Amino acid sequence: MSAHTANHSSEEGQTRRDFLLLTAGAFGAVGAGCFAWPFIDSLNPAADTLAMSTIEVDLAPIQEGQAITVKWRGKPVFVRHRTAAEIEQARAVNVAELRDKQSDTDRVKKDQWLIMVGVCTHLGCVPLGQKDTDAKGDFGGWFCPCHGSHYDTSGRIRKGPAPKNLSVPEYSFVSDTLVKIG
Amino acid sequence: MGSGQRAEFKNPVVSWIDERLPVFSLMQKEYGVFPTPRNFNYFWNFGAIAMVMLITMIVSGIVLAMHYTPHADYAFSSVERIMRDVNWGWMLRYIHMNGASFFFIAVYIHIFRGMYYGSYKKPRELLWILGVIIYLLMMATAFMGYTLPWSQMGGWAATVISGFFTAIPVVGDMIQTLLLGGFSVDNPTLNRFFSLHYLLPFVIFAVVFLHVWALHVSGSNNPLGIDVKSSQDTLPFHPYYTMKDTFGLGVFLLLYVIVTFFFPNIFAHPDHFVEYNPMVTPPHIVPEWYFLPFYAILRGLTFGINPYIGLSLVAMVVVMAPIYGGPDKKTGLCGLLCALGRQFALPLLVVAGIFFALGYLSQVEKASGGALLSLPLSDLVFINAKLAGVLAMFGSVILLVFIPWLDTHPVRSARFRPLFKWATLVLAIDFVVLGYVGMEAADAALFGVIPLLWIGQLGTGYYFAYFLMILPWLSRNEKALPLPVSINEAVLKA
Repeated sequence: MSAHTANHSSEEGQTRRDFLLLTAGAFGAVGAGCFAWPFIDSLNPAADTLAMSTIEVDLAPIQEGQAITVKWRGKPVFVRHRTAAEIEQARAVNVAELRDKQSDTDRVKKDQWLIMVGVCTHLGCVPLGQKDTDAKGDFGGWFCPCHGSHYDTSGRIRKGPAPKNLSVPEYSFVSDTLVKIG
Repeated sequence: MGSGQRAEFKNPVVSWIDERLPVFSLMQKEYGVFPTPRNFNYFWNFGAIAMVMLITMIVSGIVLAMHYTPHADYAFSSVERIMRDVNWGWMLRYIHMNGASFFFIAVYIHIFRGMYYGSYKKPRELLWILGVIIYLLMMATAFMGYTLPWSQMGGWAATVISGFFTAIPVVGDMIQTLLLGGFSVDNPTLNRFFSLHYLLPFVIFAVVFLHVWALHVSGSNNPLGIDVKSSQDTLPFHPYYTMKDTFGLGVFLLLYVIVTFFFPNIFAHPDHFVEYNPMVTPPHIVPEWYFLPFYAILRGLTFGINPYIGLSLVAMVVVMAPIYGGPDKKTGLCGLLCALGRQFALPLLVVAGIFFALGYLSQVEKASGGALLSLPLSDLVFINAKLAGVLAMFGSVILLVFIPWLDTHPVRSARFRPLFKWATLVLAIDFVVLGYVGMEAADAALFGVIPLLWIGQLGTGYYFAYFLMILPWLSRNEKALPLPVSINEAVLKA
């Protein structure tokens, strides 16, 4: 840029000064950015917070129709032993009509075990529906009390402001009754 | 500021200091003889009242911080210790807790005063914008303070409000993690909220200083909204308005003290007395009352922007184009839009209404699942309901910044603008109704029949229509009543 203007400018000194000003300014901006980054990044999760954790959940004591909530990375994870009726209800839905189109089979590894992060995809509340006495919403699954999102027996969003289905974490079955989350 | 004329002081110590640092001259000029319109009503008390509340909050907050422990394991019990064991701790905390509410009451009246009497108009635009910045800072400070006692209500408020940022596409989750310092609201969150809750009041103090400085450059507006023309229109600030402010402040503080001592938990909720549990959301969480109208707007957007809503918005933009562009815009794209808008205003409004209804109904889910009305392309949602709700909520506050350019009517005071007066009073009622909707559960109904959601949606519609359609339209079309010649004449006639 400076070479280009130098050819056409009679005032050599002026262009050199512009060049110096621009390069100094650019270096200053990069320097300020480098200086600011540690301050900003210090707000990100610290090493101990990040230390990846996996948990193992024993499924044996969970009877059909029961659900438990376990804590994983500071968040609740819902583990539900679904009844045949609940599975049937989840499978009977026309996937094309859903907001976040996902079939029930894509959300479970074993039909009766539904495992998902119990955090509403709207603004992060924990939906109700784990206990028998909880409100389960219009679709028999979960109901978020904060802003009224209804989830079905597959944890899929059916009504209310949430944009996505309840998310399914990474997990694997160690044995028939033991599951490793994370 | 110190370069102007110095005042004479009899006291030799005062005089000695003033020669070297003219603070006494400054006070004398800005608060002693400062010429102030003589026709203020009691609405003009609330700036001074808000200032006193800010100082009350800072003083009580500094003392409370000496007893509080910002750690997830100790925060809740340290607040209980303040309530039970610390000398006067219960009083200090109740002063601070209810002081926040009364600070907001004063500021809401102050903002309404500014809107009703057109105080944001030239030459006070920057003064108004500084006020909006103070209001935004107050909201941030109050929200973080709400989290500090580490109760169910506060912890979940932090979860929900930081969740707003997850609505941002692509980087939303990263931003939320950065703000919280983890994957959920936990000790790192509490620590930084405490740090910022201590810092921001002093930032507010600095912006208040700029706000008052700008006020003293332009001078105060007044209930008639006309400019000061001669010294007959004004009175010296002291003793006339120091007395009037002191009286108003006394009445206000009396109410504040009655609540603090006799109904200290009137603004609280049982979930404030339960320690935060990240595994269980309380069945009904609400923000503090002063955020409720905006909360209702957030919850009101249960629909996103699909092609039908989009077309409806485009039609409304075309209708508004000649009003924004002005009658003399005849060239370019704006000229074309303006011509269309002028020619077909009514049909376009009808089209906008029909498309909005279609877009809305195609996003209402039936109880059995699926949309109430299936239309082609209605699933193509550009902005989903969550992002739309968050944008509307932030937008409803940010709109305040632009009022000076949305309302360009030459007359300031609502006294001489009958249509503007009613539109603004309806907005005040709308704000209260939205607050009521925000307080109730998401699926509540009025008299058990009318879903509050619909009332919230109507209220949200009026809120945005007031700023984006009614104010600009009135600016061009409202005929004002005759203005008095001067403040002095109007006062003598009364």
